[in-house]
Amino acid sequence: MISDVTFGQYYPSKSFVHKLDPRIKILLLIAYIVMIFLAQNFLGLIASLLFLTVVIIFSGVPLGSVLKSIKTILFLVIFTALLNILFYSPKEGDTHLFWVVYLEGLISAGFLALRLVSLVMGSSILTLTTTPVSLTDGIESLLSPLKLVKFPVHDLALIMSIALRSIPTLANETERIINAQKARGADFDSGNIIKKAKALIPVLIPLLISAFRRGDELGDAMDARCYSGSKVRTKYKKLTLSARDLVAFLVTAIFFAGVILLNIYELNVLAYFAKIWG
Amino acid sequence: MRIVAEKLSFTYNKKSKFKVDALKDVTLTIEEGSFFGIIGHTGSGKSTFIQHLNGLIPVEKGFLTVGDINLSDKKKIVRKRYKELRSKVGMVFQYPEYQLFAETVYEDVAFGFRNFFPDADKEEEKRAVFETLALLGLGSEYVNQSPLDLSGGQKRRVAIAGVLVAKPEILVLDEPVAGLDPVGKNELMKILHALHENGVVKTVIIVSHDMDEVCENCTEVAVFSEGEVVLSGSPKDVFKNTKLMNELRLGVPITGQLQDSLSEIGVEIDTDFSRDDFVEKVVEYFKNSK
Amino acid sequence: MQAIEFKNVSFSYGDGESRKEVLKDFSLTIKKGSFVALLGRNGSGKSTCAKLINGLLVPTSGTVTVFGMDTKEKGNLFEIRKRAGMVFQNPDNQQIASIVEDDVAFGPENIGVPRKEIKERIDYALLVTGTEEFRHSEVARLSGGQKQRVAIAGAIALLPDILILDESTSMLDPKGRREVMDVIRTLNREKQITVIDITHYMDEAVEADEVCVMDNGVIVAQGAPNEVFAQRDLIRKSGLELPVSAKIAEMLKSAGLPLQGEILTKEELSEKLCELLRKN
Repeated sequence: MISDVTFGQYYPSKSFVHKLDPRIKILLLIAYIVMIFLAQNFLGLIASLLFLTVVIIFSGVPLGSVLKSIKTILFLVIFTALLNILFYSPKEGDTHLFWVVYLEGLISAGFLALRLVSLVMGSSILTLTTTPVSLTDGIESLLSPLKLVKFPVHDLALIMSIALRSIPTLANETERIINAQKARGADFDSGNIIKKAKALIPVLIPLLISAFRRGDELGDAMDARCYSGSKVRTKYKKLTLSARDLVAFLVTAIFFAGVILLNIYELNVLAYFAKIWG
Repeated sequence: MRIVAEKLSFTYNKKSKFKVDALKDVTLTIEEGSFFGIIGHTGSGKSTFIQHLNGLIPVEKGFLTVGDINLSDKKKIVRKRYKELRSKVGMVFQYPEYQLFAETVYEDVAFGFRNFFPDADKEEEKRAVFETLALLGLGSEYVNQSPLDLSGGQKRRVAIAGVLVAKPEILVLDEPVAGLDPVGKNELMKILHALHENGVVKTVIIVSHDMDEVCENCTEVAVFSEGEVVLSGSPKDVFKNTKLMNELRLGVPITGQLQDSLSEIGVEIDTDFSRDDFVEKVVEYFKNSK
Repeated sequence: MQAIEFKNVSFSYGDGESRKEVLKDFSLTIKKGSFVALLGRNGSGKSTCAKLINGLLVPTSGTVTVFGMDTKEKGNLFEIRKRAGMVFQNPDNQQIASIVEDDVAFGPENIGVPRKEIKERIDYALLVTGTEEFRHSEVARLSGGQKQRVAIAGAIALLPDILILDESTSMLDPKGRREVMDVIRTLNREKQITVIDITHYMDEAVEADEVCVMDNGVIVAQGAPNEVFAQRDLIRKSGLELPVSAKIAEMLKSAGLPLQGEILTKEELSEKLCELLRKN
């Protein structure tokens, strides 16, 4: 029943973000990533995070699902943060706290961690709100200028699309073969790593044979339906931009400009706030 | 070994929105010695049920015993007995030929033997493999061939041998004859009956879509629908419920359909729905009415 | 013009010692609009026949023509495959896209049909196969019978004159098989699509216009179902069996019931039985 779990992490909904054109979403993600790397200080980063918050709110995806994506990279975040703290090379005037730890080291580690986290959260918003199929369409469309230099964009997209559609089938098959070999007394859980790897042979070989068989049959099925990879090929689904996409684009542009301005005028802004709170 | 399930329930993807109640309060006893048929559409819960029988799916809710092994016991002990259970309950999945992996027929069949009898010596292994293949009508000329070079029907028999070599008491087969040609089907059903009659396995359980096949071959039947057992008993007890079986879109064997048509014109015959009995009763009726 | 013509076709796999001759001097003509069931045990050469029709395989010698077009001519392949659609055995191995409508669009896209017309063709293909409700569904979530109907829709979207079913119902449960055969029969009767049904199910064959029995790479019997199934010994020798109703009729006859005529279907048997028992 693995196939019943939707692969990837798509969260079905009809929100504003879900309905955006996949190309726009991919481009906006790139813009967002650039934004994060452009942000030189906490203010810029907070502005980017604010942007992310807006996106999450408009996507209707529960915060929990977005935060889940961090779990996988949590180790990496902690590890890099620790490195930054431990190997911080202090400059004159830095505040020494204890041992090799400086306040500035802590700040820069925090900055880095926040950057990583917002990066991953942003990317996961794309996969949470876009089905793998429309992601493929989006990538194909964005890459289509490469056709001019004879890059096989369409074939690439077809390969991606077939790979995507084969995942549930192969997942099912794997489960079935594992169960069948378990029923024949195979033990996948005990023994050392070599024993465990060896235990996988009775699963991997039938899986491989079956993948080849399936590939062969799929090839015939494609031929039978006139596939030739030729130039006459038309496309049924064309992505079209809507007003929604324009809005998203403008909102992103505003935040993008904001981050750049914050980089330049950071001190003035701080001084301004200092005056108010003063 | 007797199989007793009481109020057995199981849910897939419990926490997700794709949650499926695969089994709902299934209560069913499969007696030792029966040739048991399990009927139901894809998704009726029959596959989930049979995978409980050898611990591939652990009991979530309800009660299940196979022989003296209580599978609903949540203690670790039960898991330790899985291997014993799996040697006692042989499970042949749909299209089992797709699980063949070894270079020779011998090695593939021996795989199961080695897993279950790790202490046996080479001689015992050899004897077991040859004997099991012979039971499935495969002579010694096949042992050194690659399983991939065999015909579809032969591959399937090698795969069944790979399960039978562990000397199970109960043999469970999920649609054993699916996809075979008529000759292959008949041969395999004959082999299964021979295994059962000669006591090689005590109980045979087959999952099938084909009402005629179940009716002709099984001593007991259970009908699964939407996770529940809606009917069980002898083929006669089950297939006399024509209306319900039609509503479930499973239908009844041809003999049952014919019996219904006859009943419409006032010809009442009472058969157990097997072809032999049907023929006998019809001829009897014909002679008596003359 | 005949829909399909095999003229003295031989076909073999491999070379030298491992050479295996699958078809031997095989000739067969299939009329336009007919429903032909091709029977035979595993390895009798049925599937090879199917693949020879749309040029997935080409004969070692002899010719196969589809509406007069030789499958050996590379230039004909596109046109032949457009006119002779094929549905394969495994419901999981013939879909290209994840979503039903995208998959049905695959054929028309390949031959360069304009977008607006692709949509019309999808509408039509989904309508005649009764799969409109799955238009936006993921193929992976459909049942076997539904997947096979989508596969038929994929072929129908190319507006073929011929449909070849290569054991397309063998992996389905009875419900799925019924769904698929209902669609096929409608296409044959109402859209005059020529159907070649390669199958192991005798009950399917009984409903065809014509039955061909293959064994060992040659045709051993050909004709209307009742003619072919009347040849009991030949049926048995070719590794086939009688349809269940015919078997029961056979048993009744040998038990002394005076049933008359050739009985193949449940309807025929039921009618004859009622007639016989009512009289008395």
